[in-house]
Amino acid sequence: MLGYILRRVLQLIPVFFGSTLLIYFLVFAMPGDPILALFGDKTPNAALLASLQDQYHLNDPFIVQYFYYITGIFRGDLGDTFSGQSVNDVLARTLPVTGRLAVMAIGIEFVLAIIIGTVSALRKGKIFDNTALVVSLLFVAMPIFVLAFLAQYFLAIQWGWFSPTVGAQNDWGDLWLPAIVLGLSLYATSMRLMRGSVIDTLNQDWVRTAYSKGMSRRQVIPTHVLRNSLIPVITNSATNFGVLLVGATVTEGIFNVPGVGNTLFQATLRHEGPTIVSFVTVFVIIYVLVNLVIDLLYGLLDPRIRYVK
Amino acid sequence: MSEKAWRKRVLGSLAVAAAGSLALAGCSSSGSSDSGDSSSSSIIRTNGSEPQNPLIPTNTNETGGGKILDSIFAGLVYYDADGDPVNDVADSITVDDAQHLTVKIKEGQYFTNGEEVTADNFINAWNYGALASNEQLSSYFFEDIEGFSYEEDSELTGLEQVDDYTFTIALNKPAADFALRLGYSAFYPLPDAAFDDMDAFGENPIGNGPYMLDGDDAWQHDVEIDLVTNPDYTGGRTPQNGGLDIIFYATQEAAYADLLGGNVDVIDGIPTSSLATYESDLGERAVNQPAAIFQSFTIPETLAHFSGEEGQLRRAALSMAINREEITDTVFEGTRTPAKDFTSPVIAGWSDSLEGADVLDYNPDEAVKLWAEADAISPWDGTFQIAYNSDGGHQTWVDATANSIKNTLGIDASGAPYVDFASLRTEVTQRTITTAFRTGWQADYPGLYNFLGPLYATGAGSNDGDYSNAEFDALLAEGISSEDVEVQNENFQAAQEILLQDLPAIPLWYSNVNGGYSEAVDNVQFGWNSVPLYYAITKSE
Repeated sequence: MLGYILRRVLQLIPVFFGSTLLIYFLVFAMPGDPILALFGDKTPNAALLASLQDQYHLNDPFIVQYFYYITGIFRGDLGDTFSGQSVNDVLARTLPVTGRLAVMAIGIEFVLAIIIGTVSALRKGKIFDNTALVVSLLFVAMPIFVLAFLAQYFLAIQWGWFSPTVGAQNDWGDLWLPAIVLGLSLYATSMRLMRGSVIDTLNQDWVRTAYSKGMSRRQVIPTHVLRNSLIPVITNSATNFGVLLVGATVTEGIFNVPGVGNTLFQATLRHEGPTIVSFVTVFVIIYVLVNLVIDLLYGLLDPRIRYVK
Repeated sequence: MSEKAWRKRVLGSLAVAAAGSLALAGCSSSGSSDSGDSSSSSIIRTNGSEPQNPLIPTNTNETGGGKILDSIFAGLVYYDADGDPVNDVADSITVDDAQHLTVKIKEGQYFTNGEEVTADNFINAWNYGALASNEQLSSYFFEDIEGFSYEEDSELTGLEQVDDYTFTIALNKPAADFALRLGYSAFYPLPDAAFDDMDAFGENPIGNGPYMLDGDDAWQHDVEIDLVTNPDYTGGRTPQNGGLDIIFYATQEAAYADLLGGNVDVIDGIPTSSLATYESDLGERAVNQPAAIFQSFTIPETLAHFSGEEGQLRRAALSMAINREEITDTVFEGTRTPAKDFTSPVIAGWSDSLEGADVLDYNPDEAVKLWAEADAISPWDGTFQIAYNSDGGHQTWVDATANSIKNTLGIDASGAPYVDFASLRTEVTQRTITTAFRTGWQADYPGLYNFLGPLYATGAGSNDGDYSNAEFDALLAEGISSEDVEVQNENFQAAQEILLQDLPAIPLWYSNVNGGYSEAVDNVQFGWNSVPLYYAITKSE
């Protein structure tokens, strides 16, 4: 078990270098000089322009710029934004916000998926099942920004249940609206998986055995059915996590959430190499770690799955 | 608690008291007295964006940081709602001749850390901003002062202290409108404390303006900055409210949603998606007025078929082929004003009846005729293209303009999109661009010269089309050398009449400032630079 975890963590090293190199290259390949954009429609004096470009190593070849970046990382320095803030600070400020948002969204997703999926399975073909299918198709088909704008317009502006944007108040309780939007945009696939999985499990021998021993539905469903049905849903949530990061970027913009997605978007507009690379790298590392945790969760849910060797 | 923090708290409660007494004059305010909450009803909440640079006056050249600096600093002059300069820190500014000024400042004015504002605070701040190695984005504001150099570190020898409250400015070339420029943020004074650690200062600036930062953590990066009134400020911009919360929005959509939801009081931008409806949403609380922003597309002199007599004919034909009225109405929902010249209607000296301005009117018959005359000199081939950056919402109007040209002249015309602003500007700056391209100019100060000198004078810094006309240069030089504003503007108007013949850039329209405010606030006026005059806003609630 420990060896397995260690091997998976060591895999992070090539993932780290591979992703930073690739992203740095992509940023480097973006056309245009970001320093020129700082001056708007005004053309800066050549001497000033050159000295600013030097400051950010923009005239150096790609591999030299990358070298500056990587050596910085080993000193614990992720570089600076064009406004002179350290990327470390920016990350430390924005990650917790997005973290809260993600946890809430996943929570909403799971609760909805498990409850609606299970009830649908138990009432297969009935009106609840059919309604849930139509509603979930609607959420899958609707782009997240449409969902977000609708929620903002009706729930916040028209009915006043929430504040239209988040801004400075970004504690747990203030993030409900974007979290609901994110959760709704994710729950549909999980719900369908949960439904299918519960139907499969209900047909398993051990479920029939349990019933034949005289156990009630109330005893069988939570212990024997749900626990075994969760595995595909959890597997799906690993891939969903990537969708979540993309969705967070969109919802953070619409609800003005000061998180990583919002900052990454702004940094991309400004061609701010260090910010983009650091943020995306952190995304990649989190993604890999989340997948590791989820793989380990299988073992807890189903003791037959073990990571020996 | 440190002494500084303590002092801030005291000042903060003073601000609360001041705000409370103001609120009494209006209508009853909620009664609690000892906490910051009691003043929150008179705090104006407005939109902004995270400053792109630390808050150092000479290193801030964008509106996000600019509106904060304008609130927390007082310069020699400020601009009133009409764009006229009014003395702020200055007692008097005397223009001795087109190259020499004498500035007297009022005694007894203080920075919020207790330092008195003296002549040296201006001289040192300007020297800092001008010094080449300090790499300040707004250093070009000092290029007219004697001693300035872009190439090497050199002192501004043209600044001389006479006594504690008087200094003189000597310019290296005539710039009779220099006094008018002094309201721009690059010319703000800095306290001595700033020079100890400029980086730290940029994070937590100490000013002398109507507002000041509400404590050490007033600036929450990417989120908002909170300002409270500065009780020591004695200039003409005394706040009629308790403070400003400037909330940073990533998108205009979010700010507009907050205005509709009652979460913000004043915004100075309306998202494109709501331009068609915002006037009916907000009624008389909608703002739509011309701003000091001129938009055009530039045709480089080097473009084939666009120089000499043929070029003049083609430029005029293109200009007359564009139906500006229709495009501003349909594409922009009336939030642009068709151009009548090369400046802006909010600037003193603007005229809509310059000789030759009819070249800016839609006149398809004349356009076809001129184009044919040009074809007689050298036949046209290929496509006429206007380059633009796709990240700025320009596609619709570029397409509409190209269509207007195409339909009128019967030639191929289209937009040439660049992925973003940086890549377009890179090609423009390096002169590798092979098409016409969109250009815009937002004035630094409310003077006609600012729209002409930097853009069309031979060899000027932002002369992206490499236009050169000796007659035009001479008129500009004559205008800028005269101390008489009338004479200045006459020359600048005559210079524009030359531009209307040569059309180095095709004027399109002036941007309007589009904004709105909530029912909670009154006395909302927008300044010449499209930013609300925050100090004048009152809030009852």
